[in-house]
Amino acid sequence: MRSRAKQLPRQRHKDKHMIKGTAHKFGDNVDTDQIIPAQYLVTTDAIELGKHCMELADENFPKKAKAGDVIVAGTNFGCGSSREHAPLAIKGMGLSLVIAKSFARIFFRNSINIGLPILECSEAAEQIKSGDQLEVDLSKGLIRNLTQGKTYQAQAFPPFMQQIVDAGGLMPYVKKRLAAKS
Amino acid sequence: MGQTAVEKILAAHAGKKSVEPGEFIMAKVDLAMANDVTAPVSIKVLKNTGIKKLWNKDRIAIVLSHFVPAKDVLSAAQAAVSREFCRENNITLFFEEGKGIEHSLLPELGLVVPGDVVIGADSHSCTYGAMGLFSTGVGSTDLAAVMATGECWLKVPESMKFNFRGKPGKWVTGKDLILYAIGKIGVDGALYRNMEFTGEAIRALSVEARLTISNMAIEAGGKCGFIEADEVTETYLQYRAKRPYTIYKSDPDAKYVKTYDWDVSGMEPQVAKPSLPDKLAGVSEVAGVKVDRAFLGSCTNGRIEDLRIAAQLLKGHKVAKSVRFTVIPANYTVYNQALKEGLIEIFMEAEAVVAAPTCGPCLGGYMGVLAAGEVCISSSNRNFPGRMGHRNSLVYLANPAVVTASAITGCITHPDEIAGKAAPAAAA
Repeated sequence: MRSRAKQLPRQRHKDKHMIKGTAHKFGDNVDTDQIIPAQYLVTTDAIELGKHCMELADENFPKKAKAGDVIVAGTNFGCGSSREHAPLAIKGMGLSLVIAKSFARIFFRNSINIGLPILECSEAAEQIKSGDQLEVDLSKGLIRNLTQGKTYQAQAFPPFMQQIVDAGGLMPYVKKRLAAKS
Repeated sequence: MGQTAVEKILAAHAGKKSVEPGEFIMAKVDLAMANDVTAPVSIKVLKNTGIKKLWNKDRIAIVLSHFVPAKDVLSAAQAAVSREFCRENNITLFFEEGKGIEHSLLPELGLVVPGDVVIGADSHSCTYGAMGLFSTGVGSTDLAAVMATGECWLKVPESMKFNFRGKPGKWVTGKDLILYAIGKIGVDGALYRNMEFTGEAIRALSVEARLTISNMAIEAGGKCGFIEADEVTETYLQYRAKRPYTIYKSDPDAKYVKTYDWDVSGMEPQVAKPSLPDKLAGVSEVAGVKVDRAFLGSCTNGRIEDLRIAAQLLKGHKVAKSVRFTVIPANYTVYNQALKEGLIEIFMEAEAVVAAPTCGPCLGGYMGVLAAGEVCISSSNRNFPGRMGHRNSLVYLANPAVVTASAITGCITHPDEIAGKAAPAAAA
């Protein structure tokens, strides 16, 4: 598992906006306890956290998901605790993207802040099935379902948030602001 | 056009005359908070970014609460990260293990006051809104940014109004009203929004019971849970407030995307069934469900008022042989007060287990984790699958009276049934 997880910081594709992976489908209201159970919150290491990713929702998930794969879920994904360990675990496992009908507020912020790609798209979340092959252009929010031969358009981020995404996360953005002040 | 109190508070902290829902602002923060689980991630982020200078050493609270006293070697090492950071940076608001759960501790010590903007790296940071302020939970990177700059970017939330009319039945308190609201609107019914609670049933509540309501705003997806400060709040703050404060009120013509108006006259205690906080039932609908464990504590219901209700019911009774009953005062002043009032003695004589302040079992940490198939009735705020232990354990959420009554009988029980049986002296 470690060797797979080690691939994580590098995208497998040359264009960092392009994602290709298998879909893993989950339901509504997947809470952060399911994404990473509290008993593992004794480390800040993403790879370590990734070993238990989605374990409460599906015991076998850490074994069967591959780096680059995509989580597809219903409404209110990431509800519950504010633990940043949840998007960290998803990243740490090497997953490339979460597509959902809607995201809980703190999970949404956390993902933007740490650079975990997320897309909100009801149609895609509805129609995609587990095992479908997806190709996603993050820069356009375009989701192609290669298995079903369908294309979906995700919602764009508000311009303010896009600035944070473009800066590479919140801290690079904050550093810029601090530098501008001094 | 009128504004809600939350809009006024956010405008004041963004240096603006007014703000509109949906607008992005950079808000000045009055207090930043993190705990032993979330602070280490923030500290790592600060370190990796090369930020050494903190915004204000007197306005950053670090509270060790979740896995302390340490549950294992890893959590001991994790707590040490926060301890070391606070020492190095001379953080004045550092609270060691045993001081309590942040959301009970900060109001208790008057460290959050009306009109504030408080940002906490814990989802239940919405608790403080019960005192007429804006507070919300964020993740660790957001908090690292606040620690560095004293500012936080926020999207001004739309507001929803929840008006509670009438006088609810006996034993009904803040917990029942918020479980009812979540049950009616669903776990994402207030997603990204400000939940403003008002009405005579809210005004009749103590600050403690109001804190329980705002605490669970996040369980409906809410960004904050606001209750206007009034004379009850001011009395509570009289000997507590550590800073001067400003009371903000919503204008009569303020805009709400949705208003709920509920008559709660005669309402019976409410319960959330497994495994989501919006699975609402009246206690009589689930009466008789067998429980293996009862938990009284957490940032939702571990305050002195909660312990008093429990002790009043428990006096002269024993915990059922089939049940383990854990009582955890939410902070050290509650614990101390409970000792002085003889409440701890009542718990011990009833054969409950009383532990030092910690979040402990609420998040399946320790001090009473559930095995597969076990059922718990809990005064805490979440009953997600596996929240308190094994993925196949079940949690019912209820108020302290229902939790205690159930601990006595071994199954979910209306408090009236126990109060009816109590010795005359105990019932007084």
